[in-house]
Amino acid sequence: MSRDEDVVRMAHGGGGKLTHALIESIFLPAFRNRILERLEDSAVLPRRGRRIAFTTDSYTVKPLFFPGGDLGKLAIDGTINDLAMQGGVIQPRISCAFIVEEGLSFDVLRRIVESMKHAAEHADAQVVAGDTKVVERGAADQIYVTTSGVAFVSRGLRLGAEHVSVGDAVLVSGPVGDHGATVLASRFDLKLREGFKSDCASLREIVAELISREVEVHCMRDPTRGGLATTLNEIALKRGVRIDVDENMIPVRPEVSALCEILGLDPLYLACEGRMVCFTSWESRDKALESMRSQDIGCDAAMIGRVTAEGGRVVAETAVGSHRILSMYLGEDQPRIC
Amino acid sequence: MLDRIVHESEGNLSFMEVCGTHTVAISKFGIRSSLRDRVKLVSGPGCPVCVVPGSVIDSVIRLSRKEGFTVATFGDMMRVPAHGSSLQAEKARGAEVQVVYSPMDALELARRNGEKMLVFFAVGFETTAPAVAATVLEAERQGLRNFFILSAHRLIPPAVEMILDLGEVNLDGLMLPGHVSTVIGSLPYQNLVERHRVPAVITGFEPADILQGIHMLVVQVLRHSPRLETQYTRTVRPDGNPRALELMNQVFDVVDSLWRGLGKIALSGLALKTKYAAFDAGQFLDESVEGDGVQTRGCRCGEVLRAVCEPLDCPLFGRTCTPEHPVGPCMVSSEGSCAAWYRYEV
Amino acid sequence: MCLAIPAKVVELNYPEATVAIGGVARRARMDLLPDVSVGDYVIVHAGFAIQKLDEKEALKTLRLLSEIAGHQGPEDP
Repeated sequence: MSRDEDVVRMAHGGGGKLTHALIESIFLPAFRNRILERLEDSAVLPRRGRRIAFTTDSYTVKPLFFPGGDLGKLAIDGTINDLAMQGGVIQPRISCAFIVEEGLSFDVLRRIVESMKHAAEHADAQVVAGDTKVVERGAADQIYVTTSGVAFVSRGLRLGAEHVSVGDAVLVSGPVGDHGATVLASRFDLKLREGFKSDCASLREIVAELISREVEVHCMRDPTRGGLATTLNEIALKRGVRIDVDENMIPVRPEVSALCEILGLDPLYLACEGRMVCFTSWESRDKALESMRSQDIGCDAAMIGRVTAEGGRVVAETAVGSHRILSMYLGEDQPRIC
Repeated sequence: MLDRIVHESEGNLSFMEVCGTHTVAISKFGIRSSLRDRVKLVSGPGCPVCVVPGSVIDSVIRLSRKEGFTVATFGDMMRVPAHGSSLQAEKARGAEVQVVYSPMDALELARRNGEKMLVFFAVGFETTAPAVAATVLEAERQGLRNFFILSAHRLIPPAVEMILDLGEVNLDGLMLPGHVSTVIGSLPYQNLVERHRVPAVITGFEPADILQGIHMLVVQVLRHSPRLETQYTRTVRPDGNPRALELMNQVFDVVDSLWRGLGKIALSGLALKTKYAAFDAGQFLDESVEGDGVQTRGCRCGEVLRAVCEPLDCPLFGRTCTPEHPVGPCMVSSEGSCAAWYRYEV
Repeated sequence: MCLAIPAKVVELNYPEATVAIGGVARRARMDLLPDVSVGDYVIVHAGFAIQKLDEKEALKTLRLLSEIAGHQGPEDP
């Protein structure tokens, strides 16, 4: 094998094929257990009475502050969302560990922490534990946040890829790629229109509403790195089903399309930070859409496809009516000339 | 339009779509499979990333390892493998490699970091070369001493000519690249179209453009009147962009060059004129940037680029050669034929 | 090799310019189009405008493309 194989590359953090390969080859073999193997957004710990959802995440973003959010909001909302995807919407409690590079201004740190406070308040969550480490200048890129989160899961909820069935409707809570586009715009000096921002948001309320309306939801995932296409592939592969989506039905904002055209990227692979993909029984699809649309961040919720057969792949119907395979994300987003 | 093409074409026609961006669009929009029974679309050598020789990438890698050097490159080149490494792998090992969207961004990097030697990896056909030429002139205007380029530019008409001359494939028509032609115009193809009496249509990149282009080729075949037509009239003029050509010729010489998978093609590449030698990154390399053209055993990229075989015909396709572990250039570039087939052909 | 997109020139300070495409703006160089003006539509590749979009031809093609896209052409049943 080439020397390429012995170091971690940026692409390993992309959320796509290489990330999965890293998990399968290094982390899973070491930590293997039934809960971890499900590879859902959070772990649901079995216990008598109310089950607990438990998750952990690390957050790093460049730039630290972007239209629609910052590292702090990203960290809290991200944790809340991972818990919510497994039905963990009751009393979220979060711990935060900070790794700070020597030289980071107090002002920046304060702004990030303030942002975390507001995000937590909004989601009825509390930060209950924390830790801070400072490393020498150059040993970290300004600041990293790692969180852990726990929340109670409503009784009777069974969510996960294993509950997805052939015939299920595939829904998305809003336009995809807003966050990825916002970050890329700043990195490659593209100006998005005034007011355009990342979709960074808490999904707790939209999930809580689905639960309270007793919509028959089988699986929920929030597509972060790797985007919508990667998330759909994860489920298709895990459950061994074929998912058919119609590209014309996937909501994408025009600015995101334009940015992707300029840089040679595909919106279906850009990160979201406040959107969810939802698999429901076919019969419940309208009820689910109604529920999501009743929330602000779900106003553009749409049905984008269906689980059509056994298979293990994702097929998309294109804008011109032909079909293409929507594969797993390969690595990083880089602007291309081709 | 798809139906019209299917109805109107008789027999099985073979058209070569020269340009990599066409290859991807055709696969991505399912046009290739929809027309499979009537019109066979074969991919050509128009992938500027695929055809950069491994030895040139080696040279860029060597530059990236030098103390005080930064390499700026288009994203496309990051993953291209050469002798066990790639720019992406080098970056992971600590080399300074930066992805840029425009050669001007590379110049900006040089301007902002006076102490770093900035080498821009100049890849691309005639669509890109004028932009690089303009950037070199701007660097001269600004008196920059730390900006350099390593040219791997290649030219399209000589490659198309070579494929026609080789006569290995029976081609009923050519779909010519819309954006290369935006720069060079339609005139450079006149000769080879007349000599080989092959239908040729300069085509745009929207799916509807491509369908219209294919239809125009079908009509030419039916009428037995092969000639050069332009579908992409909204940007392609017979004389192209004279200013762009002027700048390109001011800064570059046309030289013989090596194409990965195809071998040496006469007068098919661009090298900086001696006048601009100060901006040539070649001055930092001990050996000349000459190619080796060595291919891995089993890899049929050369034949794929010449349309002699399809990606599926290659024994390595999908097995040892995948987008994650590309062996040959056709799988490496996001618009190499093999990559396009792997990703999009259902 | 051909990722180039149509954009509108919204600001010009030759050879630098700002172009806009569907709500996204970026600086682009006009070195290859010496007689460009604000309001022109151009094709942008790698941060450089490589040609002006011919409006007449564009409209002609647009009409044809929309025919293809879903409506029937005049001679179709």
